[in-house]
Amino acid sequence: MGLDFSIIPKYLDVVLLGAAWTMGITVASAILSFFGGIVFAVIALYAPWIIRQPFRLIEWVFMGTPLLLQLFLIYFGLVQIGIDLPAFVAGIIGLGLHFAVYNSELIQTAILAVDKGQMEAARTLGLSRGEALRKVVIPQAVRAVIPPIGNNMIALLKDSALVSVIGVSELTLSAQRVIGKTYRPFEFYILAAAFYYVINLCMEWVQRKIERRIAISR
Amino acid sequence: MTEQTDFVEIRHAQKSFGALEVLKDISLSVTRGQIVGIIGSSGSGKSTLLRAINDLDPLTGGEIWLDGVQVNKSLPHRQYEKHINEMRQQVGMVFQHFNLFPHMTARENVTMAPKMLKGLSQEAADKLAEEQLDKVGMLERIDYYPSQLSGGQKQRVAIARALAMKPKLMLFDEATSALDPELVEEVNLVMKRLAEEHMTMIIVTHEMDFAASVCDRVLFMDKGVVVEEGPPATMFKHPTKERTREFLRKHIEGAK
Ligand SMILES: Nc1ncnc2c1ncn2[C@@H]1O[C@H](COP(=O)(O)OP(=O)(O)O)[C@@H](O)[C@H]1O
Ligand SMILES: [Mg+2]
Repeated sequence: MGLDFSIIPKYLDVVLLGAAWTMGITVASAILSFFGGIVFAVIALYAPWIIRQPFRLIEWVFMGTPLLLQLFLIYFGLVQIGIDLPAFVAGIIGLGLHFAVYNSELIQTAILAVDKGQMEAARTLGLSRGEALRKVVIPQAVRAVIPPIGNNMIALLKDSALVSVIGVSELTLSAQRVIGKTYRPFEFYILAAAFYYVINLCMEWVQRKIERRIAISR
Repeated sequence: MTEQTDFVEIRHAQKSFGALEVLKDISLSVTRGQIVGIIGSSGSGKSTLLRAINDLDPLTGGEIWLDGVQVNKSLPHRQYEKHINEMRQQVGMVFQHFNLFPHMTARENVTMAPKMLKGLSQEAADKLAEEQLDKVGMLERIDYYPSQLSGGQKQRVAIARALAMKPKLMLFDEATSALDPELVEEVNLVMKRLAEEHMTMIIVTHEMDFAASVCDRVLFMDKGVVVEEGPPATMFKHPTKERTREFLRKHIEGAK
């Protein structure tokens, strides 16, 4: 059986729908991981001990265990305590929090690297420490780590294939289902790969746009 | 101790960083509208004294009063924070390295605190920004980011930012030390204009000519003490202490 790409148009809609799911899940979890990363960073650096310690545990779970396990835990495990999430929501939360922890590490370092004069200038004007963090320090820290956060988001896109294990028909699972019908693994895995590549390019384009926009304000 | 105070009054200020005593029993009073210069070699405690006035470097002993209110009074933590934030709104500070907020335009640098702390509307804030930036000759660059400005322009925006809070007192910590020589004058001019408006100012500087031309009084600090003080004419022409003479010799000749 040779290669025959002419079969693709017939199943293109299925794969396209999968690609749309992948994009949706990636964007939603990227946003969650970004703001989650900021919140986690602030907790890790400034929250009182009593909040910081349990938070450390959560952080460890998300960094120290496989994402696959985390998705199972959120999707199947939480049902037992009465939290029954739709699969794609569980996927977004899992991916979002997992990468929020990684983003938080970047943001923490960046917060500590913001020149101390910035906090002082803000305090001198009469801002409280919290206000100064929110308006002055964190916006600068976040700008400084846009490139590495972008890298994390590309990793997130690739890891989004894992949500197929909880039954979300994203790109990889859609391709697999089509392959199940057609027995054409090469063609459809290549097609899926092409879609990942295109989404990847879009994300890099967005990242470059953001970087160019903030270049002047750094 | 009397409650009657001068506009700014520093009583027996003492400051140590660990074992290092940086301010040793400094007392100083400044009347409303007075302009006081502080000179002295590097490490003598000038910045620390200035920073103590708005509690950036809290004193380890002594008192600071501003317009009849003690800045460093002892209060429970939360109340103290609230008190100190209110005090700081009344004291403008200008730093050697400007410390402009790089992610904000000149306008936003000027309006951020008034909007946040005084609840100014966007409209009122814009008017304030225009007024303050015009005053320092930076109206044309109102929507520029700090990265697009020269050092002198940055410092003028930083002065406008401090003035926008309508402070009672302005503190300048070597405002022109980080500037290229050709940019010093534009900042000095802004400070001179403030002097003409009778803004109360404490100015740490290494420019003796400037101190002589704007200050009502000059203090010479060395190793955490005020060695000598007086009107600039007397201080610069007829210093009485040997340490002052030595410092002035180095600095006035060094500058020429
Ligand atoms: N945060 C700090 N921790 C420890 N030592 C400090 C700190 N700030 C200043 N010092 C020390 O205090 C002394 C006076 O510093 P400073 O007030 O900056 O002097 P000046 O402004 O006159 O050059 C110096 O010896 C300096 O090293
Ligand atoms: Mg200094």
